[in-house]
Amino acid sequence: MAYSEKVIDHYENPRNVGSFDKNDPSVVTGMVGAPACGDVMKLQLKIGADGIIEDAKFKTYGCGSAIASSSLVTEWVKGKTIEQAAAIKNTDIAEELALPPVKIHCSILAEDAIKAAIDEYKSKQAK
Amino acid sequence: MNYFELFKFSPAFDIDTAVLAERYRELQRAVHPDKFANDTEQQRLLSVQRTAQVNDGYQTLKDPIRRAEHMLSLRGIDLSHETTTVKDTAFLMQQMEWREALEDIRDSADPQESIDELYDSFAAYRTKLTKLLTAQLSSGSEEDALLAADQVRKLKFMAKLHDELTRIEDALLD
Repeated sequence: MAYSEKVIDHYENPRNVGSFDKNDPSVVTGMVGAPACGDVMKLQLKIGADGIIEDAKFKTYGCGSAIASSSLVTEWVKGKTIEQAAAIKNTDIAEELALPPVKIHCSILAEDAIKAAIDEYKSKQAK
Repeated sequence: MNYFELFKFSPAFDIDTAVLAERYRELQRAVHPDKFANDTEQQRLLSVQRTAQVNDGYQTLKDPIRRAEHMLSLRGIDLSHETTTVKDTAFLMQQMEWREALEDIRDSADPQESIDELYDSFAAYRTKLTKLLTAQLSSGSEEDALLAADQVRKLKFMAKLHDELTRIEDALLD
């Protein structure tokens, strides 16, 4: 199957790969996995006191589309508020990367990773 | 199609695979298209269809993950086409660690030792999951069926890890 140019670009030059110190109180982590293909995705957000996402990092084990989806998402969420980041839809990711139907689940995984990280942020705030 | 009925098994996860292979050969012989070479067109088509069913049934029951999926699908839980995301953080952290360990094999002092250790860890974890799965599938409750579905999802991640490890081991031997 042919990957789109954007997928190849993110796959060959992934943005923001790595991890933040998980003991940093401003860092939240979203961990998600897709049983169908065994892909695992970790998305970390560094969120300021004003609720703006200052920085993002990811680590993904999976196919090119999964890596590209998470790489793209780290670029998109930077500078956004929690609400704006939560509004990112898998269809936006799939459209931007021109993902074929069989790879839509990779974009769903990336959307769910943002949601999982934001859930952790909200439960931290509630404490 | 209930493959347990086709192969005359009671619908339990624990099946004797030697008996399965034996019944597969019997069924294969009984429905083989060659036996119907002189029959009507319809009869021959039916035999081709039944042969496909027998083959698919055998492949399904032989593989523990597919067998469990089949049992759950008979209870209305479809796992083979789902795009559900797993969010069990502790489980996923462990998956990440194992994926990192796979990456480190090539640079380790004794790659074969690392590989063997990982095979053992994977096998131990799979045994644990399979025990839970067997118990949860044997219970009739809906709640246990949903828990069983979670074990199947986890076993799929383990199958992926196992494939990756085999691939790395093959590459090292080359």
